[in-house]
Amino acid sequence: MKRSLLLLAILFIVLSATTLLSFAVGRYPIAVADILRYLFAGEQIDENIPILIEQVRTPRILGAILAGGSLSVAGAVYQGLFRNPMVSPDILGVTSGAGFGATLAILFSAGLAAIQLSAFGMGLLAVFLTLLLSRIMTNVHDKVLTMVLSGMIVGALFGALIALMKYLADSESRLPDIVFWLMGSLSEITMKEIKMVAPIILIALVPLQLVAWRLNVLSFGEGEARTLGVNTKCLRLIVIVCASLLTASVIAVSGLIGWVGLIIPHLSRFIIGPDHRLLLPASFFTGSVFLLWVDNLSRSIASLEIPLGILTSMIGAPLFFIVLKISSKRVW
Amino acid sequence: MELKIKNASLGYRRKVVLRNIDLELLTGQTTCFIGKNGAGKTTLFKSILGILPLLDGEILLDGKNIAAWNRRRFAQKVAYVPQARSLPFPFTVFEVVLFGRTAHLGAFSSPGKADKLIAEDCLERLQIRYLKDCLFTQISGGEQQLAIVARALAQQPAFLIMDEPTSNLDFGNQIKILNQVNKLKNDSLGILMATHSPDHAFMCDAQVTVIHREGIRKQGNCNQVITGEILREIYDVDVSICRIENRKTCIPLNI
Repeated sequence: MKRSLLLLAILFIVLSATTLLSFAVGRYPIAVADILRYLFAGEQIDENIPILIEQVRTPRILGAILAGGSLSVAGAVYQGLFRNPMVSPDILGVTSGAGFGATLAILFSAGLAAIQLSAFGMGLLAVFLTLLLSRIMTNVHDKVLTMVLSGMIVGALFGALIALMKYLADSESRLPDIVFWLMGSLSEITMKEIKMVAPIILIALVPLQLVAWRLNVLSFGEGEARTLGVNTKCLRLIVIVCASLLTASVIAVSGLIGWVGLIIPHLSRFIIGPDHRLLLPASFFTGSVFLLWVDNLSRSIASLEIPLGILTSMIGAPLFFIVLKISSKRVW
Repeated sequence: MELKIKNASLGYRRKVVLRNIDLELLTGQTTCFIGKNGAGKTTLFKSILGILPLLDGEILLDGKNIAAWNRRRFAQKVAYVPQARSLPFPFTVFEVVLFGRTAHLGAFSSPGKADKLIAEDCLERLQIRYLKDCLFTQISGGEQQLAIVARALAQQPAFLIMDEPTSNLDFGNQIKILNQVNKLKNDSLGILMATHSPDHAFMCDAQVTVIHREGIRKQGNCNQVITGEILREIYDVDVSICRIENRKTCIPLNI
């Protein structure tokens, strides 16, 4: 336990250092020393620094921290709930739902706020539909399996609707917007968005941390967890509601960012072990660090910004392979 | 303490598995449930555990109907040692045993110092303290079984339900588990055990309940219940029951 808390502290320090460095990199590099001097002594070496730090980089950095952290925590709790380390936050269809919500709003030339609201709402609607379907089928099959299958059905449905929106969209103006949104990006994020989603994310994180021990007990399956005294229905509801809120609010402001919710929980489990009480904060920190670095790359490797979703997958896929390769030495 | 099943029908909405079940189980006593595959032993256990709702009748614990109890309250009285298990994440044996303390924790809390001491004590009682920091996924089947029994003990229950606790274990581990069962009985736990080997009932000097044809065929002390006739009736094999070293054992004939 002591060792784990130390690891958690190290992860937090890494996150702080990464955050600081993220202020420095970009199209207009600033020396870390200058940033520190500005933040702590109020000295301005360069008249561009205040606006760059406060208006350009702060929302983006906060966005990357919140998005990376939230998607990772959502992935970790879903993997715990479904007792399957191959599960990612879009298992119940939230991603496709949110994607459809956004494309629909873009198609009707709605403003940014409307796109976000529509993505958030449709994401939650998709999860609700998944739960409804699995409730109707529940007597036929195993509950967890039913839920995963329902998620596939709803995901496929909304996936088709996204394709339909793309087909209907004006290929000169709307289609590029849709495609770009689906690739995920933090470039349009402002403090307004951060202020909107940060409270929802915080409210969703607290209950998950509180039920973390019970998620451990759930590892042996729902039936066994019940005989151990866990109210599994209530636990499942808390996890699904909170994880869906996390994912939907992230997607609403950042578009689709794949892979983070799948690989970061793995990586964190590798670092700190399977105990969800430590795994959830560890996943949040690791996910934040990962997305901060990906975002730093996306805004500095080329003169044109590369969409986040592309980079997370390009970096995530080989990283996942490495994590699995190393961790297969310990039996999962 | 006494666990009573009164006039219960068990099974699924479309298929009743057991009818008119009346049972009285006491602490400080081992009850073996025998019957052929699919006779309904697991259904009976699932119903007692509240995983499968009763179709009819009631279950009383010390005279109180458990239907309205929440999972936590029930888990403080009755613990379960299941048959097959899979653990997708690499928890240590100690963590697995600590899971057993969940029934005694508040809704949002996790185990504290006292709980850890109890878990250690349970490892000690089963003589598996050396497994404490091993990963549950990496120890042998017999060790896993003992760890799960330790987890059940950590619930500090009055009754322990074991679904074929010796299946998939080598001969030595089977005897080890049965010895533990006998020790726990002497610690005044009530043990309900499904088994495929009538010999186990003799080894535990158990009460025996024979489940056959949707109901209880016979119950009582193993010496009275387990006879050649009844084994032929339920398993359709000829068995001779002999007494060796002052203990009865079943020898299958015509092999």
